[in-house]
Amino acid sequence: MALLEVNQLTKQFGKHSKALSDVNFSVQEGEFVTIIGPSGAGKSTLLRCINRMIDATGGEIRFQDKSVLNLKKKELKQVRTKIGMIFQHYNLVNRLSVIENTLHGKLGTKSTMAGVLGLYSQEEKQQAVRILNVLGLKEMIYKRADQLSGGQKQRVGIARALIQNPRMLLCDEPIASLDPNSAKVIMDHLKKISTTMGITVIVNLHQVDVAIKYSDRIIGINSGQVVYNGPAENMTPEDIQRIYGSEADELIFDIGGIHAG
Amino acid sequence: MQADIFAKKQRNTLVFLVLLGSVTFLAMIMTDYNAVKGITSVPKAVQWGLANFYPTAESLEKLPAILEKLQETLLVSIAATTVAAVFALLFAILGSNTTRVNAFFGAITRGIAAVFRNIDVAAWALILLFSFGQSSLTGYFALFFGSFGFLTRAFTETIDEVSGGSVEALKATGAGYFSIIFQSVIPSCISPLISWILFMIETNIRSATLIGLLTGSGIGFTFNLYYKSLNYDIASLVVVVIIAAILCIEYVSNYVRRVIL
Repeated sequence: MALLEVNQLTKQFGKHSKALSDVNFSVQEGEFVTIIGPSGAGKSTLLRCINRMIDATGGEIRFQDKSVLNLKKKELKQVRTKIGMIFQHYNLVNRLSVIENTLHGKLGTKSTMAGVLGLYSQEEKQQAVRILNVLGLKEMIYKRADQLSGGQKQRVGIARALIQNPRMLLCDEPIASLDPNSAKVIMDHLKKISTTMGITVIVNLHQVDVAIKYSDRIIGINSGQVVYNGPAENMTPEDIQRIYGSEADELIFDIGGIHAG
Repeated sequence: MQADIFAKKQRNTLVFLVLLGSVTFLAMIMTDYNAVKGITSVPKAVQWGLANFYPTAESLEKLPAILEKLQETLLVSIAATTVAAVFALLFAILGSNTTRVNAFFGAITRGIAAVFRNIDVAAWALILLFSFGQSSLTGYFALFFGSFGFLTRAFTETIDEVSGGSVEALKATGAGYFSIIFQSVIPSCISPLISWILFMIETNIRSATLIGLLTGSGIGFTFNLYYKSLNYDIASLVVVVIIAAILCIEYVSNYVRRVIL
């Protein structure tokens, strides 16, 4: 059974601008899915509808067989604790240390009092240290987040998501602000999370070559509609043209080369 | 066509200048203002100031009394600012777009703050004179209301600017409202907030002198008293003491800012 099912999802901003129309797809447990499409196609909106950071206008989203769109506040929070989220601009609290930022991932499971006072158990702290070690941030644990490089900040973002013990990660343009080296490190970590921990990963990307290299499946979106949904290796130049429009011919990447590599 | 635009602009400028000139001239006639006499009296004023307006040895006897009044003014300013800051923080959290509970409450709190901000401290002092008479309490409340309005505005903007990203991230982990406020909003805003409070204390010490003239309390009243009784030497000593105090406060707050940022 699918972990996530999206049926006929629509999202309208204001009266006339439709961000998403009739989006259907499902994601299996442990799958690595990439959503690609031109800027403004609705990728971020789609991702944020899944954990209801944005409320969809119509349709249905089922996560672990629960209908997300009808959840009450408390149940929604519970569902959100099972979905980690990673952002383009990392969204850390810059003045706090790496470990404090990591432990923020645990706030969803805490009582109001413990959350306000920032009370974390010894095990939670140890788990945070373990995760940070795996992500190669051992030396940075007590550094302030604003002293880190972009790639390191994004790894803290991943740590904050992983400490939630999530079933699924939503990654909104995780490498859009990073240099190629850091981008590769981040993508490798995400891939490893999906293959070794069995966590489902959904990533929004701009880079088609990266998407083809890392994903099990690619979903192509153009003007709020799904125009491609299939395995990465089956994608043809025509598909890319359908996703990115007619200018795709002039795009610099060489799809043949990527497949060969 | 283009020449027309330039000609029109020149004509507008000319009309504006003529209008401004005639209003000024009219005002001069109505108030019997003699421009030549006005300008030539500036050197005389300076001369008089140098001849009379300086502290003498015997005026130093009054120094302890003056310092006591100065202390009162300083404490009233600091107390008004800090108490106002507590209320302002509460209103800013409720009124900011990132952290408001809902749009309705947000608009109400912003409206209240706008009313307090747009009434000047001096106007507050006049209004409050009716209720509290000539006492330091009037000055305290005038400064409190003025600071409250201004700080609410400043805090609201700080919160929106600094903590938007991390608030979104914590919401996505399923964290509750109060956890988000105490773990994300306050840690990320605390140093700009302190900076604003220091700025407000400085401003209030300056306003407090003027408010003192109106409310008959503090250092402003002391100045007024000696000035009106023609004790220019003591009045000038008051001015020197005020300037010294302001410079001291400025130095201290700059030091604190350097340390916390």
